[in-house]
Amino acid sequence: MNLKGKKIRLHDVSLRDGMHSIHHQFTLQNMQTLSLALDQAKITLIEVGHGDGLAGSSVNYGFSLHSDQEYLDAVIPDLKSTRVSVMMVPGISTIEDLKVIENAGIHTVRVATHCTEADVSEQHIQYAAKQGFDTVGFLMMSHMASPQKILEQARLMQDYGANCLYIADSAGHMLPEDVAARISVLRDAFPESIEIGFHGHNNLGMSVANSLAAVEAGATRIDGSVAGFGAGAGNTPLEVFAAVCEMHGVETGVDLAALMDAAETVAVPIMGEYLPRIDRDALTLGYAGVYSSFLLHAKRAEQKHGISARRILLELGHRGTVNGQEDMIEDLALEMLRKQAS
Amino acid sequence: MKIRCALIGPGNVGLDLLHKLLRSDTLEPLWVAGIQPDSAGLVHAQGLGLETTHTGVDGLLPHIDEDNIRIAFDATSARIHPENSRKLTARGVKVIDMTPAAIGPLCVPAVNLEEYIGRDEMNVNMVTCGGQATIPMVYAINRVQNVRYSEIIATVSSKSVGPGTRKNVDEFIQTTAAALEKIGGAHKGKTMIIINPSEPPLIMRDTIHCITEKEPQCDAIIESVRAMEKSVQEYVPGYRIKEGPIFDGNRISIFIEVRGHGDYLPEYAGNLDIMTAAAARTAEMFAQHMLQEPGV
Repeated sequence: MNLKGKKIRLHDVSLRDGMHSIHHQFTLQNMQTLSLALDQAKITLIEVGHGDGLAGSSVNYGFSLHSDQEYLDAVIPDLKSTRVSVMMVPGISTIEDLKVIENAGIHTVRVATHCTEADVSEQHIQYAAKQGFDTVGFLMMSHMASPQKILEQARLMQDYGANCLYIADSAGHMLPEDVAARISVLRDAFPESIEIGFHGHNNLGMSVANSLAAVEAGATRIDGSVAGFGAGAGNTPLEVFAAVCEMHGVETGVDLAALMDAAETVAVPIMGEYLPRIDRDALTLGYAGVYSSFLLHAKRAEQKHGISARRILLELGHRGTVNGQEDMIEDLALEMLRKQAS
Repeated sequence: MKIRCALIGPGNVGLDLLHKLLRSDTLEPLWVAGIQPDSAGLVHAQGLGLETTHTGVDGLLPHIDEDNIRIAFDATSARIHPENSRKLTARGVKVIDMTPAAIGPLCVPAVNLEEYIGRDEMNVNMVTCGGQATIPMVYAINRVQNVRYSEIIATVSSKSVGPGTRKNVDEFIQTTAAALEKIGGAHKGKTMIIINPSEPPLIMRDTIHCITEKEPQCDAIIESVRAMEKSVQEYVPGYRIKEGPIFDGNRISIFIEVRGHGDYLPEYAGNLDIMTAAAARTAEMFAQHMLQEPGV
């Protein structure tokens, strides 16, 4: 693998995806300290907010400790060079939700859909692009569609106005060759002005290798989380990936030592017992191809109803559930309980 | 004797409705208006023995008096609906709006249809599929005790979601959330929609969470919710509470499944079935009232 001289940008999602690991309970102080540490490490972009994006705060996904606006206002004013992104998921967030925070100083809007349903993002991508934001089309659960299907869906998002297109391995299910196949089909189809990105989860321990494969195939934006904060077994641990990049001559622009320190001395103490790891349930997510943020909901259902989280997650995989279907978990646990009783 | 009616917009939803109307004891569908000659929808309607026009609402207007059309269903789009409605109501035709335009009052038959019967409303709107499926449950809880917050998640199969809804998911969310408050009675409403592409397509399901102001009166809520399930089943036979209500502190959760009747659309498309069933029900209630009027 010759990656020497490739230039990429790292996007830390610990303050958004990491919210899944801690029931969306970061304090404003947590967000401030960690974002400042990431700014010092010269991370290009960080994502901030509820784990499920704008307006994600709900019974279904869990209420966040603060509103999107409060988090953004706590973080943005003190940053020197790092820019901030928000995520929106059509079906959950509306343009009205974006309008509430669009003047908070955000730089990037990422619009995420299931990998076969990109056409629900038309109004959101058009709006974000028209407002002049760096606008990203983000295809979740990309393992569920073929590279050709992914390309067709990415084209829709580009037509709507996205200047960057992401493959998201939301279930942490893919292997490097799966990632490379999807990234390269996009890289070949779009002009250089359209950036290609990859968002990994570490449920099978493949996130660093997958991200490296993405870079080799032409991705120039890579998501990760300091200390691996994120849904399921977490996202690509960013300090690890940055170190691997440096070893192979990939230019990320980050201060590796500062990033390692941010992970060790700032991030880990914040997460404490919630620091994600590949436990048997997180592993099941990757194995069964299930959306990573189902993890804590399935564990809770296990505690409440006595049905093992692993069984629930395997069944959710069989049923082809997609991002956002957290409400299936309790429904399914109750159904299993009833079947067990009869 | 039956009340004669017309359909504008012979798409999937319109045709499914047509099949329901043909079974009605009180309604007689007579005319179908489309905008493309020989469109699949118009051809299908002709096959069912209906009169058709391909010049939209204007092609229908000359026949209103001579054929005594009293009710029209508009299954076109929010953009076209206001003009259609204006032309039809000016001729004394009651309009059932199945688009998201919502220029008239919102109607969920099991909850508030009776209010509109005597009031001579000329245009009523059928909210959204998610609203039709969930508002009755929110209302059923709220009639026992105050609901501070209600949140619904509508999950529909990818195949059952047409381009109109896909372009307008925000409107779906906003209209449904507002109706949870206005009709369901919740102090605050929140809505989400999930589109699932799995094969075979999943049957429409809805989750309803309500948070009550005070400790839930479980027995009364269970009774109210079960009674409401029966009321909805009168016009949507495939509507059922799959799980719940379950109680967790002040939170009440209900999991609903809506299996379509399979009239024109497949069974999984409960989201479309509940819209056409609600529209047919609304028109039947209007028709019954018309039939009781002197001189009809």
